[in-house]
Amino acid sequence: MDPMDAIRTTFFIECDELLAQLEEGLMAMEQGSADAETINSVFRAVHSVKGGGGAFGLDPLVRFSHVFETLLDQIRSSQVEPTEAVVATLLRAADMLADHVAAARDGGVADEARSEQIAAAIMSHTIGGAAAAEYEAQPDEIEGLDFKPQMISLDLPAAESSADVDISALLAGVGVAPDVEAAAGADGETPDWIVSFAPHATLYAKANDSALVLRELSSLGDAVITVNDEALPTLDEMDPAGSYLGWTVRLPGTVHEEDIREAFAFVDEDCDLEITRDGPASVGPDIAALLLAATEPPAAAPAAVAPEAADAPEAPADLLASLLAAAPPEPVAAVEPEPAKVVSIMDLAPPVEALTQAAPSAPSASSAAAQSQAAAQASAAPPPPQTIRVDLDRVDRLINLVGELVINQAMLAQRVMESGAGKATDVNLALTDLELLTRGIQDSVMAIRAQPVKSVFQRMPRLVREVGEATHKRVRLVTEGEGTEVDKTVVEKLSDPITHMIRNAIDHGLETPAEREAAGKPAEGTVRLTAAHRSGRIVIEVSDDGRGVDRARVKAKAIEKGLIAPEAQMTDEEIDNLIFAPGFSTAATVSDISGRGVGMDVVKRSVQALGGRITIVSTPGQGSRFSLSLPLTLAVLDGMVVTVGDQTLVAPLTTIIESLKPRQGDVRPLGPNNFVLKIRDAFVPLVDTGAALGFGKSKFDPTEGVALLVESEVAGQVALMVDHIQGQRQVVIKSLETNYKPTDGVAAATILGDGRVALILDIDGLVTAHRKAPQRVETLALTG
Amino acid sequence: MTELSLDGRDGSELISFRIGEQEFCVDIMAVREIRGWTPATPVPHSPRFVRGVINLRGAVLPVVDLADRLGLGTAVETARHVIIVVQIGSKVVGLLVDAVCDILSTADHVVQKTPDLAGDQMQSFVKGLIALEGRMISLIDLGLVLDAHQAEAA
Repeated sequence: MDPMDAIRTTFFIECDELLAQLEEGLMAMEQGSADAETINSVFRAVHSVKGGGGAFGLDPLVRFSHVFETLLDQIRSSQVEPTEAVVATLLRAADMLADHVAAARDGGVADEARSEQIAAAIMSHTIGGAAAAEYEAQPDEIEGLDFKPQMISLDLPAAESSADVDISALLAGVGVAPDVEAAAGADGETPDWIVSFAPHATLYAKANDSALVLRELSSLGDAVITVNDEALPTLDEMDPAGSYLGWTVRLPGTVHEEDIREAFAFVDEDCDLEITRDGPASVGPDIAALLLAATEPPAAAPAAVAPEAADAPEAPADLLASLLAAAPPEPVAAVEPEPAKVVSIMDLAPPVEALTQAAPSAPSASSAAAQSQAAAQASAAPPPPQTIRVDLDRVDRLINLVGELVINQAMLAQRVMESGAGKATDVNLALTDLELLTRGIQDSVMAIRAQPVKSVFQRMPRLVREVGEATHKRVRLVTEGEGTEVDKTVVEKLSDPITHMIRNAIDHGLETPAEREAAGKPAEGTVRLTAAHRSGRIVIEVSDDGRGVDRARVKAKAIEKGLIAPEAQMTDEEIDNLIFAPGFSTAATVSDISGRGVGMDVVKRSVQALGGRITIVSTPGQGSRFSLSLPLTLAVLDGMVVTVGDQTLVAPLTTIIESLKPRQGDVRPLGPNNFVLKIRDAFVPLVDTGAALGFGKSKFDPTEGVALLVESEVAGQVALMVDHIQGQRQVVIKSLETNYKPTDGVAAATILGDGRVALILDIDGLVTAHRKAPQRVETLALTG
Repeated sequence: MTELSLDGRDGSELISFRIGEQEFCVDIMAVREIRGWTPATPVPHSPRFVRGVINLRGAVLPVVDLADRLGLGTAVETARHVIIVVQIGSKVVGLLVDAVCDILSTADHVVQKTPDLAGDQMQSFVKGLIALEGRMISLIDLGLVLDAHQAEAA
């Protein structure tokens, strides 16, 4: 992976986190529980995505997020009220932004038409109607221009070296300024930009530099830069690492706003930034006069500046601040504008006297407001918990080692027992301590892999919105327990079943708003998604307050599809569970949302494959509840330990329906090599486990063994013949493929308490092997 | 061409072991450890020379009966048998042998090309021969032990 790819990968990981943060913030806004910090965090999320996208040249992403950000910025500055409609648009925009990110990551292109449509919807909420012109002059911000300016004209091309001051350019900059001013006054359509920029100390702490930003701005057009030093404290109050200076930059109206924003791309989280159009009314006579005054002695001012400029080393503003501190500031007394001193940005640093000559002016209302807002922001943000990113491989290696430690500890304990050491001996007491420690280590290590289900739950609001729109139903999603932790591998596998269950709940469970009102329910349906730990498993529930399972229809459908006999007597529960039967789909029309004949049976299969169970409880007219129960980790499995021949095998408990001891008359031959087992009134195929695994067996006497009735994917119910059942146990899954190869009929291996390896059965593989060659008695050297 | 270099590394060390009356050796760099015999759990549908799988500190690894693999008859294992745990590519495999004998250096001994004995199962696994104090030690090509058994099993 080359370094750029690594950075890209990190960017997309961060994007995922930012999008999650965005979604979370928007949900809070939707519920009306958003404070200023929430809105700020939403804005920051979009902004960071945009910033990163810009760095990687992801233009569609940047364009879209720019529009998005514009609206958020107006909400942040209370120019736009976050009404329900606005938040709905924001949520859709968040989905679209996620699409853009996904498209950029996979190298594809997002749905441009949809993007445009949503962008248009955003703009319709934006003040000014269009993103390009949304920044209208705000009357209360005109005060922001009311600085006691110390004018710094800046016209240095960005590429120029810092000490190389081009006097002629400086002159040109000074000379042009009044013209622009005049043009702005005459032509109201392109009023000047007023950019007020007040860096926070964090800007410098992050090794950014205001000078670079100002230089960037000046490269956009003729910039007139004014320093605001009114925040400068007295020397004894000054923090050497603080930031006390701000600047106001006047740029020609012809400059694009994006370009201005671009200049602040890396610093705008660390400064107070306002970009406004200078309306005709806002052209303060003071400023105009100042500008004129500044240009009047065109020869004198630059001449005075020139020597300083030529020698001036570039200095960060905080150094400047500390230098300024060397001289006591003037009292805040001046009311009349001081004659402006035209200096180059480069000579900000050394001539302390020159700078302090200018009296600080009264703080502007807007910058004061911005500062108090910043202070509020700083106090509201809780310190984020410290985290590190670790390679999953490393964690897995650690987990493997701990697994070995646990087995080893168990074996050691067994050996000590066998040696006849008494329970109260020192050895055994030490062993007990060791056991506690090992357990503790195992729990802590498993906790590293544990992740909250939040990452899956967070994807669901979008799904609910989309499915709700597609089915014309009003849906509210309520989630609970999203902090419930479960192994990372399980979290990843949760997404599909939950998605399916939620779609199902909305599409089949909930009624249309009209139907709901007719039934005396609120028009808006509720889907609840909850997660909780219950007896060592995670239980996910998806419930709706819809119509419940239509049992008559389900039964009719099942009969129609030949899944049950027409005269079958079934309990309500049995009927409800028919929806998990393969090939069952109740929707009269196969919709895009759910249906397509791959219904809940697929969900059930995938859940079972994970060692889970799924159940449904339904009350007609009141709704249905699906419960999904999964192990907390895929590294262990609940198994039935059985004996076949002289081998110990483990059958996954989730596949076993029941176990029974066949009687003589229950086993009937079918063909030359097959047998069926009569269980109540049904005949199920009987599989000799030993033969199917190729262990070979001289005689086959089902009455001596135990039959495990299992559910297989390929052949429905099958009875597996084993010799004995040893009991149920939780076993650690070990791959057989790591050092060997995949084997038919064997899913994996595990290590028993005595240190021996036992194989875990793959029921489907076993049934398939039996079907292919039922009479196969391949001998395997069983001399072990 | 009577000399055969071992991966171009002269002076590499070999570990020699005994199966029946014959002596064999493998590159010591491939050997992870040597352990006593523990009963293996047979794996269904595996070739006869795969004795099964054993637990090596939490890892499940297959044990190959090298005698059977080389066509020297099936070993009747006793507590004195040893399993040489070797790394072959990304896999770790146990080789069941009668006893471990010695450590040799190729710097002191000339590895000769295996004489052409067409049809002998042995030849496909023996990379070369080493003469030592009147004994003959065959150098096993580990890669083929695993690859060939997979080809055969297929």
